[in-house]
Formats: sequence, structure tokens, C-alpha cells
Amino acid sequence: MSAITASNTAAVPRLLVTSSPHIQSGLSSARVMWDVNLALLPALVMALYNFGLRAALVVACSVLGAVTAEFLILKFLRGKPCALADGSAVVTGILLAFCVPVALPLWIAFIGGFVAIAIGKQVYGGLGQNIFNPAHVARAMLLTSWPVYMTTWLKPGMSSGISCADAITAATPLGLLKETAGNSELMTQLSTSGTTIVGHVFQKLQITFADLFLGVNFAGSLGEVSKIALLIGGVYLLLKGHITWHAPVAMAATVFIGAFIYGGSFEYALFHLLTGGLTIGALFMVTDMVTSPMTSNGHLLFGFGCGAITLLIRLKGGYPEGVCYSILIMNAFVPLIDKFFVPKRFGSSQEATS
Amino acid sequence: MQEPRSFSGGLHPPGLKATADKPIINLPLPSKVILHVSQHIGAPARPTLKITDQVACGQCIAEPGGFVSAPVHATISGTVIGAGNFMHPLGVPSQALVIEQASQTAEPVYTAEDGMQLSPEEIKKRILQAGVVGLGGATFPTHVKLSPPETRHIDTVILNGVECEPALTADHRLMLEEPDRIIKGLKLIMRVLKAEKGIIGIENNKPDAIALFTEKFKNETALQVQPLAVKYPQGGEKQLIFACLGREVPSGKLPMDVGVVVQNVASAAAIADAVNYQKPLLERVVTLAGNCAAKPGNYRVRIGTTVGDFIEMAGGLKSDVPLKKVIMGGPMMGFALFDLNVPIIKGTSGVLCWDEHESVVPVQTACLRCGNCIKACPMGLIPQQMKQLIDHKKWEKADAIGMLDCIECGCCSYACPAGLPLVQTFKLGKKNVMAERKKSAANKG
Repeated sequence: MSAITASNTAAVPRLLVTSSPHIQSGLSSARVMWDVNLALLPALVMALYNFGLRAALVVACSVLGAVTAEFLILKFLRGKPCALADGSAVVTGILLAFCVPVALPLWIAFIGGFVAIAIGKQVYGGLGQNIFNPAHVARAMLLTSWPVYMTTWLKPGMSSGISCADAITAATPLGLLKETAGNSELMTQLSTSGTTIVGHVFQKLQITFADLFLGVNFAGSLGEVSKIALLIGGVYLLLKGHITWHAPVAMAATVFIGAFIYGGSFEYALFHLLTGGLTIGALFMVTDMVTSPMTSNGHLLFGFGCGAITLLIRLKGGYPEGVCYSILIMNAFVPLIDKFFVPKRFGSSQEATS
Repeated sequence: MQEPRSFSGGLHPPGLKATADKPIINLPLPSKVILHVSQHIGAPARPTLKITDQVACGQCIAEPGGFVSAPVHATISGTVIGAGNFMHPLGVPSQALVIEQASQTAEPVYTAEDGMQLSPEEIKKRILQAGVVGLGGATFPTHVKLSPPETRHIDTVILNGVECEPALTADHRLMLEEPDRIIKGLKLIMRVLKAEKGIIGIENNKPDAIALFTEKFKNETALQVQPLAVKYPQGGEKQLIFACLGREVPSGKLPMDVGVVVQNVASAAAIADAVNYQKPLLERVVTLAGNCAAKPGNYRVRIGTTVGDFIEMAGGLKSDVPLKKVIMGGPMMGFALFDLNVPIIKGTSGVLCWDEHESVVPVQTACLRCGNCIKACPMGLIPQQMKQLIDHKKWEKADAIGMLDCIECGCCSYACPAGLPLVQTFKLGKKNVMAERKKSAANKG
């Protein structure tokens, strides 16, 4: 090896020059979004089981509305490259469909999806820029625009077909709870007979806690009913590292403890935990990266706020369910939370020893 | 053995340490070397030679240009054939001397001495004269680090044997093959600083090195091995001090402010040579890795050897895998070269020859506010917010939230699902924030 030839640098093609680091985790926005879509699948399966093919149609129309808005606005109004492949419009469409009754006319579902993306997301500048959860923005709009359609619930298994003209409507557990609590005569009767309010609701709807957990035999929004299916999706996202436990646990714990203090019983607290949109809200809405705080402590406060407002609306407000509005209200506080909950800077805990 | 310790933040990039079991191979002398006068942090050295001068290996060719500076030595014997601006690995032309090997001249002979008998002042003088700088990559002149103000007592010296950068194994091999040089260097550093304790911090993915030093330190009361959790950037100076001692170097301060001096293991070995043999820093161990390298491994090479010559001497490139990217240093903090005709410098720990498949450039999308960058930042900063401020040229606000604390470790960019060039932005941001500070200081004064 004594004779050393000159390096053949001339033979080397142009080299790629970038700034460090030169490796990346491989995570992309699109992968995060498609993972969320995957995590929503178990709940979709339960929606089909409960509400039949029509559930799929509602989801499809909502998603179609969302991707239509995304495509048209990016292409014609903002002149940006098509971003449908990142899967975020699909997530929004599915989440919105999961928060509406299955009997919702399909054209309303389409409008909902369209509004979610147009007003909920693109108005702010697209992906990552919106302040409020797009699906909940659309749900709030639908509820004020078509209040009857948005509160007409079907009993599961009664609508196997696409039409729901002959289906039987039913009260949701939370709706019945609110109705019962507002009926002072009935409340007096219950207390003399020694029946709890939850017992009364269960008796009237002929359901148990197991039904609430599995998501069978009772009426509700099409993707919200099955807690176990949503939990499976939530655990998947947790294992994938896309969400952390902080906000969901804070929200659920706040509702549970608050309901326990208000109602004085474990049964009452558990009822609030397993009904309405709490599970989907806690696992898929408050964990939305774009509209939630960025630090763990911020997530805890955010989740607490969502839980407290949810309970406040459920117990004292005009609606039987408050998850949607609670999250929208707390979304508005996110910049403030981010301002105050900052990570501890390394080297800030000690005073300079000079 | 103690429990592994660590710091908060950071992440776990793939190790890519395929060359960990490749013993150090001494490469032959190159036919020419390019010796930049600026191979360290601080003032460039002042060249003392001109074209056609004859020079002997080991001869000082550039004097320190100030206190925070280091001399540069000829790493081969021969003739100065070039003086002026040559391309620096960092991508800017900078002053250098080019020496062409005239004939196979004999290596200078060094006689051994027991450096521990020398006075601290003499030890420091020899370290300065040998041109030793931090070989971990930061290249801070070592004698400066060993000269804290009188009022600062350094109680602990930490040797950095972490090598947390993926792909690099040069320090690992040095620890396994030449532990005695490292230990001699550690003792010399401790003597200079009158430090009571010496710690060598090694990541848990190098159990052989931990075992070796534990065995070597069996009868040493002042020396200790600290196994550390495998996490990047465990070898960051501030992270290492925190993991070993639980001391937090305050923002904007130096390790000596908490009574610590950190030296890389390779620097310690160079210190031992500088003091015990009065041998200048002529060579270093460089890891050659990547899919395009025909013979990945750890090679001892003369400083000033061009990267092209180095690769060729170390087995060359594979003929069937097209070269896409060449990185000097590690994948997290190294810099990409655009030309192989730049030299190995004192701080070069690795040369990575990557193919198309390894050289992935992430697709940039919008920030999702996911907070991954915040979780990954070992300095407790908010990269997402810092980037917004820098993008909008809000230098003062960026300064207020800790822009200058950024150590450019690359964790935020690595973790970002939107593929945002966070570190690149911060490199620019830090320059501007510092300029802004100077400007406002001048206005006040």
C-alpha cells in the first residue's frame, strides 16, 4: 500500500448536501392520520353491526363532503397541491359521522363534512392551522341548523336497510337521564320506591352497564356507542405514540369524579363515564394534535377543562350531552394554555453560581 | 456496577453501529495533506511556512492565533506545495497549507517520560504545544478547558465515552484497544485541575468497554465508571454532566461553573501522548461506514488526509452502489460534504458514505402541533415555537425562549412528522440572535 493513487473524486457524481440531522424517524403527517383512520375502524364495525348499512352511507357521505371541500378549496381557492393523500380530511369526515344519529339525511351528512373542512379547517389556512376541532365545528353547526334530525335517535337493529322510515326511535341514555332528572314528580316517586335514577333509566331502556360498554341495545350517535371499540382504537394510537394518556385520562377522571360527587354513587359516576360522546371525545377529539396543547401538563389541564364543562352542560345545561361544546370551548383556550405550560428549560433550575 | 443514568428528553435513533467489532487499522501515510489553520473553535492559527518550504513530520506549521486557539502540525514530511484558501469541510474556503510527501521520511522518535512528575503548568504547556483540541467533534482547544479561573475549583473530570451518535464506533474501539492511554490522559487532566474525582461515562450499549474500565479501575479510589442509559444525545456535555452527577449547567454557563470539566476519551489519549511523549496531534481514529463503503471499519488516519484519499486507502467505495451523500461526523450532527477533496480535520470522528436509500430527505408538510419536538428536546426548549419566531425574524422573542440554549443535536428534526428543517432554522436563528444581542449591547453602551 505504499503507492497511493490520487483520489478519484472526479468520478464521484454530485453529492446530496442537506443540513443535519441526516436521519429521520420515518414518521410523517400522513402516517399519523392514516393510523387514526385505522384506529377508528373497530368503532365503524360496531356502527355497522348496530345500525346496518345506513351507517356506512352516513360515514361515506360525510367523508365525501370533507374530501370534496378539501379538494376544491386547495385546488381553486388556495392554489395548493392536493393533500387528500395525507388522510386528514378522511379523519375529519369519519369523526363527524361518528357524532351524528344514523337517521340523519345523507345530504345533511355531506354538508356536515363539507363545512367541517371548509369552515373548520381551510378557513384558518389548512392542516395544522385550525383552532377548533373541525368535526365538532360541523356537528355544532348541524345541531343548530337541523336540531330535529340531529336528535332523532334510532334503536339499534331497527334499521337494517338503507331507508329508516319504518325504524323505531328511542331515547338515548343521557337524554332519558336529563328528562328524568327534570321531572320532579317522577324523581319523588323514584326516591320513595328506592330506585336510583340510573336504575330507572336502565329499566326503561332495558340495558345494563355491559351494554353501555359494548355499545349494543341502546340508541346513540353511530360511532359513539361502543366504548370497547373506541378503546381498542385509543390503545392502538397510544401504543403507536400518536397520543398520550394525559388528556383522555384527565377528561374521563374529571367527569367520573365530578359525577361521583354530584350523584353520590359509583353507579351514577360510571353511567356518566360510559354514555354519550365522552369516550370518542376523550380518545379522538381532545387528543387531536392540532387543536390541543403541546405539553403533558397542558394536556392535563385541557382534559380537565373538557371534562368539567362536559359535566356542567350535562348536569345544569340545556343539552343532555356536552362533550362537543366542552371541547370547542377548551380549544379556544389552547393558545393560553400553551403560553403558561412550557417545558422546564434545562439549566433554569439553578441560579448562576458566579 | 451502578444503575444507568440519563437525562430528560432525547430519543432513540437506530444504532447503526455495524463497525463496533472492527479493530482499528492504521492507514499508510497519504501522499499529500491539506492542513487548515482553523480546525478548532477560536482564532485560526497563523501559518509560519510558505510554498516550497521543506517540512518535517511533527513540525509546527501554524502558531496559535490567540489564547483560544491551537497550533497545527505537519502530519507528513515533505514540501509545502500550496498555501492559501482551500475548501474546508464545512463548505467555506479557508486558509490552509498543502504538504506533498517528498519521500518516505522516517517518523520522528518520541521518548517516554512520566508526565505525572511534571508540574501542572508544564503539562498544560505540552498540551497546548501538541495542538490538542476536543476530538469529540466540538474541537474546543483543550488547554483552554484546562485553564479555569483561579476562583473555580474543578472537583470532577468526566471522560466522554458515550459516543451516542449512530454509526460512529471510533471512540468505542479506542476504549477497548487503548484504555491505558485514556486512563493516563485522565490522570493528567485531573492533576492539572487538582480534581478529586475522575469519571468515565459509557453508554450501556458498550458493555465490553464498561467491563474493561471497571476492571482497570478496580484499585483506583478516585476513578469510576458510570454506565449510562442508551439515549441520544447522552454524550452532549450538559446531558452527560447531569446524568453522571445530577448537576445542571445553568443556561449560558460552562461545565466549569458546576465544578466539572468534560473531555472526550480520544482527547484524553491525545493528551497522554502530548505530555508523556511530547507528541503533537498528528492522527486520529475515524469510523468509515455507510452502504457505499467497501470496507467499513475504524481507521487511524493522518489529519489533513483528504476524504477521497481516506476512503480509497480504507478500501474504497463499492463499485455497484452509487454514492449519494457523504457525511463528515455522525448522522445526527455531522455535515454533508459536497466535495471529497476536503481534508479529515481534528474533529472528524466519522465519514459516512451513503447510498440513495440511506440519504432520505423527509417530505415537508405543515406543522401538526404534535409536540414531538418538545418531548424530544434535551434542553427543554419549544422547537415548534422557536421555528415560528425565527421564520418571522423575531430574534428577541426567540432569544427570550432560549434560542441560544439549542445544542443543535437534531432530536427535534428527527422526531418531526412534518419533516420540518428545525435544526437548520435554528443554526440560522442562533447567528441572528447573537448578532441582535451584540447590536443591542452596542446601543446601550
